[in-house]
Amino acid sequence: MAGIAVSTVINGDAVEYLCQPDEPLLDVLRDRLGLTGAKEGCGTGDCGACSIILDDRLVCSCLVLGAEAEGRRIETVEGMAQGETLHPLQQKFLEHAALQCGICTPGFLIAAKDLLAKNPDPTEEEIRFGLAGNLCRCTGYDKIVRAVQDAAHVMKGA
Amino acid sequence: MNFDPRYSGRNFTSVGTRPIRPDGVDKVTGRARYGADFNMAGQLVGRVLRSPHAHALIKKIDTSKAEKLAGVKAVITAKDLPDLTNGDAAMYDILDNCMARTKALYDGHAVAAVAAVDARTARQALKLIEIDYEVLPHVTDVDEAMQHHAPLINDAIFTEGLEEKPVKPSNVTKRSQFGHGDVHQGFGHADFVVERSFKTEQTHQGYIEPHACVASVSSDGTADLWVCTQGHFVYRQHCAQLLGMEASKLRVTSSEIGGGFGGKTHVWAEPVALALSRKAGRPVKLVMTRDEVFRASGPTSATSIDIKIGASKDGIITAAEATLRYSAGPYAGSWAEIGAMTAFACYRLENVKTVGFEVLVNRPKTAAYRAPSAPMAAFAVESAIDELAKEVGIDPVEFRIKNAAQEGTKSSYGPVYGPIGIGPTLEAVKNHPHMKAPLKKNQGRGMACGFWFNFGGQTCVDLNIGMDGSVSLAVGTVDVGGSRASLSLVAAEELGIDYSQLKAIVADTSSLGYNDMTDGSRGTFSSSMATISAARNAIKTLRERAAQMWDIGVDDVVWEQGHAVAKGQKHGNLGKLSLKEIAAESGKTGGPIAGHSELVADGAGVSFATHICDIEVDPETGATRVIRYTVVQDAGKAVHPTYVEGQYQGGAAQGIGWALNEEYIYGKDGRLQNPGFLDYRIPVCSDLPMIDTQILEIPNPNHPYGVRGVGETSIVPPLAAIANAVSNAAGVRMTHIPMSAPRILAAIEAERQG
Repeated sequence: MAGIAVSTVINGDAVEYLCQPDEPLLDVLRDRLGLTGAKEGCGTGDCGACSIILDDRLVCSCLVLGAEAEGRRIETVEGMAQGETLHPLQQKFLEHAALQCGICTPGFLIAAKDLLAKNPDPTEEEIRFGLAGNLCRCTGYDKIVRAVQDAAHVMKGA
Repeated sequence: MNFDPRYSGRNFTSVGTRPIRPDGVDKVTGRARYGADFNMAGQLVGRVLRSPHAHALIKKIDTSKAEKLAGVKAVITAKDLPDLTNGDAAMYDILDNCMARTKALYDGHAVAAVAAVDARTARQALKLIEIDYEVLPHVTDVDEAMQHHAPLINDAIFTEGLEEKPVKPSNVTKRSQFGHGDVHQGFGHADFVVERSFKTEQTHQGYIEPHACVASVSSDGTADLWVCTQGHFVYRQHCAQLLGMEASKLRVTSSEIGGGFGGKTHVWAEPVALALSRKAGRPVKLVMTRDEVFRASGPTSATSIDIKIGASKDGIITAAEATLRYSAGPYAGSWAEIGAMTAFACYRLENVKTVGFEVLVNRPKTAAYRAPSAPMAAFAVESAIDELAKEVGIDPVEFRIKNAAQEGTKSSYGPVYGPIGIGPTLEAVKNHPHMKAPLKKNQGRGMACGFWFNFGGQTCVDLNIGMDGSVSLAVGTVDVGGSRASLSLVAAEELGIDYSQLKAIVADTSSLGYNDMTDGSRGTFSSSMATISAARNAIKTLRERAAQMWDIGVDDVVWEQGHAVAKGQKHGNLGKLSLKEIAAESGKTGGPIAGHSELVADGAGVSFATHICDIEVDPETGATRVIRYTVVQDAGKAVHPTYVEGQYQGGAAQGIGWALNEEYIYGKDGRLQNPGFLDYRIPVCSDLPMIDTQILEIPNPNHPYGVRGVGETSIVPPLAAIANAVSNAAGVRMTHIPMSAPRILAAIEAERQG
């Protein structure tokens, strides 16, 4: 079966793959490239568990086709830590216990990273609306919001 | 050495601290492997064909075209999962739910499945399966299903629990009754009586991770199953029985689990994946779509509940009565029975009677959902209690305090309570600053209490001490929300070592003895009991080894703060031996050092919570906003307080969704109309405020550290607390959950029109 040849950049690395015309980018990441950090919670863009950053824009990778990544830049949760050093958001999620089951965590981390890149000093309300595209069923969001607030504080000081 | 599980007071070093969880880094870096993150060489993709009809006879299934499609390696129907249940009715229902045999019983019921080389081929193959259905009349509403003229879902069902066996079959599988005293007489002594009927709609647990598994059956009759589950040992038993295997030949590994809340205590797709793998001779990965999760897994009961409560002028409840009808889906369950047990469990009642009816409907099989059945009963009871307090003219918190169960109270479901937390949670609420926070226009405050039994069950732990002195803890209760952290704290506490010296894992079914599921709030309660027992067994060995190293009697060696200490003047010059020093010599003193524990964790202490919330209602639209929310709950002893808070907050958030938004909506055709997160809307971040928590610690006398389960009780009070708040804000009593904007608006308008 023929595929579409795609050249893209994922977490700073040049990556090439073949994909089908109807194949979501999420499936390419997970099934072809072994990047299973992004999760499929719904496949319809409602839960945000598959969130990635595509050319500085937060998207649900289940709603993007693999072929659309040609010539673009992709950031996934796997690219957040620098070696052994966690991103401040990752560190604060751990310290605040902002995850219970953790399935939504990669999506939240990516969404929060995007939020803080655009608004380094968000109010609680801005955080709540900024993360409203990501569903968490375990935490009631309280500790997630606090972790993002704390991370924003640390990142401003850095 | 016999293990003594009784509580004894102590000063904790590790327990009660808040370290980072051992599985944390993997979960924030994307490395943690959940159900769908695992693959095997040569793996096929499985897909399930589901009934589009709510109720239909399956007259013929023709799979021949699908089988001929290139890339299809197996197609199965009920014929490939023959009935091996040997008269076990409950197992037969599980089998029938996994793959419909003669009738499709709900929209989404599995009727066939395929395994193919890729997802696209599998999807194509499903379209080539031809099924001849004879559509039958259906019923999806719990009250309608009880009517005499309702379509019969199973004509072999004759209501159990009646004095005489009924002559006709019906959709009511069972009647159950609890209580004591004489309610008729009690109502005779009442000065005020509140009588009301309530309804709650069906909700889904809403875990973000769909069910997922990889099954690999070998031709030698052994098999491996990787699966997201709350109980891999139970999944092993069920799958082995349905597939005709010996349990020990099936190794089940629990993946990281992306939420369960009771929904992952039941097998759905796993026996199907195993049957596909057996037929195809290759591993099969089967992952449900979100649509399938809603249509074919999960939901809780829809209910219809009548409440009658009477009180004297001085505010003492004289009698309480409830009739509870719970939908069970198309198979028998005990959901109304549990509701009938929990309904009045918070109160000290002389006269109480509850009657439950289990009702079959053409909806997915009801599954456990966090304190299953209790939230709906609490909604009805706590709403009526609020009204009654108003009628009597007593503050609703004071009214509940006057009537709260205490140590020694005979509960409404039978047992006599030991030390319990209902009174203390109410006193804490009474004094909580939340109760004094100012309310604005259109805002109302509500509060409510909740009860859950908690469960203990069969539990098994291995604690192995490495020669470098590090400790691995293998537990069998799946970690759904941080239990590896709490169990590591308990092991560290008991051994007297640092938390960082431990690594806890969830062992697979071939590596550890049988464990019940992580349900009934038992994960930390039961596995911590087994961990303490295992650690004490290891300490016994450590003392023996130290005695050997010192060449003294073991009775002269005690274990203090992670060290063997020789006791008595004659050993004054021996110093101490650390766990690490003893472990380093273990090869010369008798081999590896380990502690094991296999026990039934009896005595799970019952749990109580009281919640307060403030809701704003827009009188023009019926829209609501949660302004403040506070949870007060007894934890017995909070092992890792941050994760205890997390359980309180998470349960409250699920309850808020249930109370205000979430519901299964069925069309007249019996099809689920909102099987997705867009139309079945769970709370998002911007819907909620911070959720304040207060942990009370009333030790459970049946656990060495006083621990009680904490996971479930937090979802019991919210429906009622929010209903009371909305009713106070809108000036009209809300009796139907969820209190969506149209329902609230309709209630306000009806009230305006008198």
